[in-house]
Amino acid sequence: MPVEPPATVWLPGTPVSPGLARGPLVHLAESVEKTGAGAREHGGAEAEAASLRSALDASRAELDALMARTGDTDAEAILAFQVAMLEDPVVTAPAFEAISGNMAAALAWRAAMDAQIREFHEAEDLYFRARASDLRDVRDRVLRHIAGDAATRIPPDAIVVATDLPPSRFLEVQWNGGGIALIDGSPNSHVAMLARSRGVPMMTGIGSIDPGGHRDAILDAENGVLVLSPDAQALADVAARQRAAASARAAEARYLNAPAITAQGEPVQVMINVADIRELESLDPRCCDGIGLVRTELLLRGEGDLDNEQQQYELYERILRWANPKPVTIRTLDAGGDKPIPGYTVDAERNPFLGVRGVRLSLIHPRVLNVQLRALARAAALGPLKIMIPMVTRPHELEHVRLMLNAAVADLRSKGVPGAAPELGIMVEVPATALTIDLFDADFFSIGSNDLIQYVTASSRDASPLAALQDPLQPAVLRLIHEVVERANAQRIAVSLCGDMASDPRCIPALLGVGLRCLSVAPAAVGRVKAAIARYRKSETDGGKAA
Amino acid sequence: MKNPLDDRGNASLSGNGSARVVASAFLSHEGGLHARPAIKVSQFAKRFQSRVWLGLSEEGPWIDAKSVARVIAMKAPSRIRLFFAAEGDDASDAVDGLVEMVASDFRNGSTRAR
Repeated sequence: MPVEPPATVWLPGTPVSPGLARGPLVHLAESVEKTGAGAREHGGAEAEAASLRSALDASRAELDALMARTGDTDAEAILAFQVAMLEDPVVTAPAFEAISGNMAAALAWRAAMDAQIREFHEAEDLYFRARASDLRDVRDRVLRHIAGDAATRIPPDAIVVATDLPPSRFLEVQWNGGGIALIDGSPNSHVAMLARSRGVPMMTGIGSIDPGGHRDAILDAENGVLVLSPDAQALADVAARQRAAASARAAEARYLNAPAITAQGEPVQVMINVADIRELESLDPRCCDGIGLVRTELLLRGEGDLDNEQQQYELYERILRWANPKPVTIRTLDAGGDKPIPGYTVDAERNPFLGVRGVRLSLIHPRVLNVQLRALARAAALGPLKIMIPMVTRPHELEHVRLMLNAAVADLRSKGVPGAAPELGIMVEVPATALTIDLFDADFFSIGSNDLIQYVTASSRDASPLAALQDPLQPAVLRLIHEVVERANAQRIAVSLCGDMASDPRCIPALLGVGLRCLSVAPAAVGRVKAAIARYRKSETDGGKAA
Repeated sequence: MKNPLDDRGNASLSGNGSARVVASAFLSHEGGLHARPAIKVSQFAKRFQSRVWLGLSEEGPWIDAKSVARVIAMKAPSRIRLFFAAEGDDASDAVDGLVEMVASDFRNGSTRAR
């Protein structure tokens, strides 16, 4: 009996790397966790030792091949560390000893690696703690080989569905037309960053799925939907959207490098948000009026970056040089919430979005904040750099950071190191702050609409069933933004908006309607935002007042 | 905290008769002995016949410098002095090379495994 293709299934998810992909569905099961014991027959001590030896050889060969292919120095360092650990008798000998005592290869290897992992997991230093995840990754790679479950080959156009995808697995795929949908996952995981930088569409939070029988999938990381076994209609829609996207890109390209002007000739500043320094390489600085947001928590993810003032300084210098002479707003570390940094953020918070995140976290890690403020103050001597503090709720948080910044600048000067006190502004994303911005002595305000919306609507950003409550154009959101803009204008303090709303052409008339004249958007959205601005006429809408 | 430095190196260093070479270098590498520099140290040490150790003081305790796991588990922070010791025919070359590597802030050589 021929097997009927299963009925089409739509699963909502959170886009973390935009794009549209269509291809064969590859479901990576959690085989590794289940191969600890009993998955294979115990073959006797000699056979188990041989099994571990060949799993180690095969893993090393895979990692070597990956290393030869990756052009990314961070990825290469992770892989080199993994290979070096596999080659170290200090790591492998205890496993072989346990095997000669009649333990199964998988159990022996897991125990040996877990001892190493603990060594790093318990470290006080952030950097060493982060190595624990690299070791888990290589532990699991070897376990897969022991189980004879050599990694499922992932074709370039695959739609990969998995609980999590370690960076080394991502790098094994020659991505071309495929995409990733993670059952949990975080937008700020290493793999999400890699996906963005390689232009691979990706979503997280699709929840558990039953892959049974599904062969094909569409990953719509524009609208946040994974479609399993798409029907003819869905396939036709995707093809049409892919064509439309290509022609829209061509039309928007006309606006890309021109100043943004409304239909009535009023200029609007369009800045860009930067999450990955490599994005800048393929971007013409003429496309924007500067950088409105640098997400440092996503840039400083390398070895010991949080403690490395010189490296941070060089990073900020590179960004300033790219934008020169336009202004660059750099946000201090905004970790916590859905952006954990192992060893830095507070573990296992009951409610992380309402927990210790942003400046709250910075103030309990003053040493880390001080390194960043010093690097920023040094970079501020080179050009128009501004510092922005995330998640400010009360004025004393701003004043606390200002005191630390002033102290850092004074210390640099006393040592003859060039430094300057840059403008210091705040994100307006907590309703308490949005309602009282006249109480904050900030040099500028930037509205973080993503968090503002989740806090105003009391609905978590990562709870997909609540997406309807998070309509950015609802009156509560627009009134609050309107009030912030009016108060800022009255006090003659610069105000902008850097959340996802600004990148969404549907929201542009409302944002201009409530008086915003500076928007910071995703680099990929600059053309379409400028096109939407060019269509805007004042009479057409007045979001704030109408709401 | 458990001391990761306890290793066979200690007994062997004081025990047998062959000449022991010890020298030190200042570790200025930002962030300390991370994966990249740890790999360089262990790979360089493995080129020699001699037994090669690494320690945080002249008296040890010593760890096997040929083991990347031991070297990185030392979690040596930046701006401290690292001590190298070796015993064997090519002990001087091993220690000189490692001192030079640390003193030059690991600028030479590759992180590649081979």
